[in-house]
Amino acid sequence: MTDHELRLKSIRYRRDVLRSIARAGAGHTGGSLSCVDILNVLYNRVLRVSPQTLEDPLRDRYVQSKGHSVEALYVVLADRGFFPAAQLETLCQYRSPFVGHPTRKVPGIEMNTGALGHGLPICVGMALAGKLDDAPYRVFTLLGDGELAEGSNWEAAMAAAHYKLDNLTAILDHNTLQITGHTRDVCCNEPVDEKFLSFGWAVRMVDGHDLAALTEVLQAPAEPGKPTCIIANTIKGRGVSFMENVAKWHHGVPSDAELELALAELEQAVGEQAEAQA
Amino acid sequence: MSAPAPSMFSPDARATAERLGLSLGKPNLEAFAETLLELARHDRNIVAVTSDSRGSGKLVPFGQALPRQLIEVGIAEQNLVGISAGLAAAGKKSFAVSPACFLTARALEQIKNDVCYSDVRAVMVGISAGVSYGALGSTHHSLHDLAALRAIHNITVLAPADNFETREAVRAAAHAEHPVYLRFGKAPMYGLHGPDAEFKIGRAVTLRDGDDLAFIATGETVVHSVLAAAKLAEDGMNCRVLSMHTVKPLDVQAVIKAAKECRAVITVEEHSVHGGLGEACAAIILHAGLSPPFRIIGIPDEETVTGSQADIFRHYGMTMEGLAAAARDILRRAEVAV
Repeated sequence: MTDHELRLKSIRYRRDVLRSIARAGAGHTGGSLSCVDILNVLYNRVLRVSPQTLEDPLRDRYVQSKGHSVEALYVVLADRGFFPAAQLETLCQYRSPFVGHPTRKVPGIEMNTGALGHGLPICVGMALAGKLDDAPYRVFTLLGDGELAEGSNWEAAMAAAHYKLDNLTAILDHNTLQITGHTRDVCCNEPVDEKFLSFGWAVRMVDGHDLAALTEVLQAPAEPGKPTCIIANTIKGRGVSFMENVAKWHHGVPSDAELELALAELEQAVGEQAEAQA
Repeated sequence: MSAPAPSMFSPDARATAERLGLSLGKPNLEAFAETLLELARHDRNIVAVTSDSRGSGKLVPFGQALPRQLIEVGIAEQNLVGISAGLAAAGKKSFAVSPACFLTARALEQIKNDVCYSDVRAVMVGISAGVSYGALGSTHHSLHDLAALRAIHNITVLAPADNFETREAVRAAAHAEHPVYLRFGKAPMYGLHGPDAEFKIGRAVTLRDGDDLAFIATGETVVHSVLAAAKLAEDGMNCRVLSMHTVKPLDVQAVIKAAKECRAVITVEEHSVHGGLGEACAAIILHAGLSPPFRIIGIPDEETVTGSQADIFRHYGMTMEGLAAAARDILRRAEVAV
């Protein structure tokens, strides 16, 4: 898949995320838009997992620790054929498996998450199992930067380095905003790169919206004996001008008028992408 | 941390046990560790995960025999449970072993979400449960774990009474398809079962039959109930003793049968009187439209008295003497009421 095709996918994913959230009347808009490009590259270029290999013990694992951005994950999984996209219309409805945080009832989702600070320890366990079995799979998790205030992340960061889990990659969706405002004002976790480095991790920085750069960093071989933290610098609400970098869109739901405006912007982005390609 | 524990049994209780032909076994903790090692030798997918607790969990021999199957995470219970859930999700049968007080309080959210909600084949092992740590104080007591886990969907809760039940519970947990919580203490336990004993999750074991009063007990209070029943038998009272090793799912039929057939019911647990075995039995009995004289014996809702485990048991009437006195009292009151 070319970079151009991937960029078009990202725009389409953003459109589907917004439509799903607007239809459901609930969801986490800002964080879903900030991690869409990461999920796009993961599922279309990196993860060795497909609807056919869901039960394969050797599949790559992805656990979304920042579970509240599940709408982005649902949209990407639907596009990859894990379930029919039409099912997403039941998002947050009575008896729907598509609840507001990931559950294993949805094909393609490995673990139930949503309470923060859980994904990294779980992934340490999965990566340890891979080492014990000499299995070649890789384990990925996506963390939010506000989430790093949960101490369990640092327990897991220590254990991952202790066990030399070079089959583990934690991607930080570093959009610097959380529900209350700027992470640096709520409870500063910077410099986050130095924290992971001092815990014994390999750290890589990347523009979390540059699909080619994300591909390179996610496909790169790990530093032997070290878990990898990829700090993906992102923009909360990315792709919709009035949502970008505005904390209230953490779980803001677009009105009909806002949705129309947002979709128009994304439509324009498709046009610009086509022009750029031409 | 482990000075020799004062005997849980008074000289009279020991004499009663001798008359019953009961022999003192090892701590259930040791029965657990030996059984887990035996199982893990034959199944390399079994892993023990410890939080600097391999010594407390008697798992040093396990670590020496099967170093690849013992995973140490340091003093980090949240990580202990999260990692155990991840191991289980990736095909291992993980046993997270940590003092019950820390495991089920600090890591409760991990048990609720990563283990139960995600439904992985992980076993939570709460060692030195209840007031096993006695004089170390309330930080080290787990009087909430049965209540907390009863209220969490998708976990079987086991509190074995003796070495036999412990071994069987560990084997059952190793084969379980869904999450299991195992809790036990570290004091040596009398063997309560004969050679033909059977252990089935969710099925109470009738250790003594009788219809004057039923003791429905769980974990390491069962032995004291057996001794109390033997003591009461000397006065012509026939008491039933149920070992309710499975607190969830509870053996509803055994509870109803006891409430119907016996003149009174006493529940016994090394746990808060709130939310544990006693209240579970009370609910079943009331739902069945029954109202026998009923008493819950456990640790009351107060700052727990200080002292050894034996002191605490005596203080709250959880020993042979205390339970026998409670039985006489409830039956006397029942007669007066008639």
